[in-house]
Amino acid sequence: MAGTTRRTFIAGTVLVSVLPLASARATPEAMAAAIKEVVGDNAIREGRVTLDVPPLIENGNAVPLTVSVESPMSEADYVKAIHVFNEKNPQPHVFDARLSPKNGKAMIATRIKLGDSQKIVAIAETSKGEFFSASADVIVTLAACLEDLT
Amino acid sequence: MRASPPKSPSPLTLPDLLGRRAVLALLPVVFAASFALAQAGADKRRSGYQDMGAALQKMQDDDTANPGMLFVQLGRQLWAKPVGAANKSCADCHALADMKGVAVRYPAMPKDGDKPIDLEGRIRFCRTARQQAEPLAPESQDLLALMAVVANQSRGMSIAPSDDPRLVPFREQGAAIYQRRQGQLNLSCAICHDDNAGKKLAGVTIPEAHPTGYPLYRLEWQALGSLKRRLRNCLVGIRAEAYPSDSVDYVALEIYLMDRAKGMVFESPGVRP
Amino acid sequence: MTNVLINAPKTAKKGEVIELKALIMHTMETGFRPGTNGRIIPRNIIERFTASWHGSEIFRMDFSPAISANPFVSFFAVASESGKITFRWTGDEGFAAEESVAIDVA
Repeated sequence: MAGTTRRTFIAGTVLVSVLPLASARATPEAMAAAIKEVVGDNAIREGRVTLDVPPLIENGNAVPLTVSVESPMSEADYVKAIHVFNEKNPQPHVFDARLSPKNGKAMIATRIKLGDSQKIVAIAETSKGEFFSASADVIVTLAACLEDLT
Repeated sequence: MRASPPKSPSPLTLPDLLGRRAVLALLPVVFAASFALAQAGADKRRSGYQDMGAALQKMQDDDTANPGMLFVQLGRQLWAKPVGAANKSCADCHALADMKGVAVRYPAMPKDGDKPIDLEGRIRFCRTARQQAEPLAPESQDLLALMAVVANQSRGMSIAPSDDPRLVPFREQGAAIYQRRQGQLNLSCAICHDDNAGKKLAGVTIPEAHPTGYPLYRLEWQALGSLKRRLRNCLVGIRAEAYPSDSVDYVALEIYLMDRAKGMVFESPGVRP
Repeated sequence: MTNVLINAPKTAKKGEVIELKALIMHTMETGFRPGTNGRIIPRNIIERFTASWHGSEIFRMDFSPAISANPFVSFFAVASESGKITFRWTGDEGFAAEESVAIDVA
């Protein structure tokens, strides 16, 4: 009896330690899940996408970001969507943009909020059903003298 | 007529060696280098702009990407809007172009008054005394927009504080505040911004604290704000009690800081982290 | 009228790829920030930005709370015909803004 109990106890402990702990913010897993929602079971290929973001930014409230995708942007072959994700903000999406041959060039620039130093991922979807991606790591620092909201 | 000098083989010039395109590409490098050289010899002061990364400098330089310009545009609209019992707009008394040179010489001493007034105070005074309108609340969007459009008229000019002798005691008051240790951290402005400027504090470069870009868009605020707001942040940062918002101490400090920044280029609306 | 800054060329050659930039004043409150009383400030963001050229949509971007306050977007378009380029923003709390610029395409 004692042997079985001990084995069960150890097995139970191992099981519990493997269960994911609840976390209050997005995680790399949440980002992976959001990417999977867009890409499905399709393969994601490297290349063609350039994600231009400063490696170090002095404030996470307005990080300049440019995504560009090599593409003829012709009726036969164009980028139809660009999706950008993050891994440590409270939610994993950054933006989703729809494009067509009317754009001529698949390049979008904007400014985003990053709550912490983290990885950004851009996924480009082409009219041929292909997916390409690029990622970048951003370090976010903060000023020494901040405002006291109270 | 002068005799022409003896002919010698014409010297090889840079364009000959490198080609015209390469020389054109080199020009900005040469300019930057000579600017740096001049800086090294003459003015060693650095604006907060120079302590920012290239991405934020680009944000400030592009008028269609600089969020401060949204406030300048709003200010331009408000400048033309009649308000108050007098039903006057700012434009009824001043052409906007006449505001050129104003922001770089403020704070100023009013004609009949004994306390200096900053740009914010001057606009608020006009609002109530001349336009007979409801006062603009400090740091309110409309007040900041008017400050932004006035300050923007001086962009590119050198900071040129007024030499009104009545300002001297207030400049000295500002200098004393700057040197005085304050707050629970017992730091003076001078300890960080004079003695340790250029070094890192919590991973960020300590700026020299020249008010070259106010009112400016601070990413931390996600909005445009005045020098007064920034000074309050500093005071809270060193765990001192911020002076009351109508305290002349802020104006005195600004008079001192503008004098300390005399000759530097005015950048309003600046962008800062 | 919402405060908007558009950067678009006034003229273009037919077929030329031009850059369009739009900046709009908006707080883009994420819905994740605690206010002074400790309670979360409710979300208030622009959700969708579109651009159309002479009535036909040329660009659509769905924002998340991760887009910065006073959002800035730059994108490209092929100059097709003279007319109006119209930019539209819609979002929380019934937010709607629209701004058009005229372009001459030769």
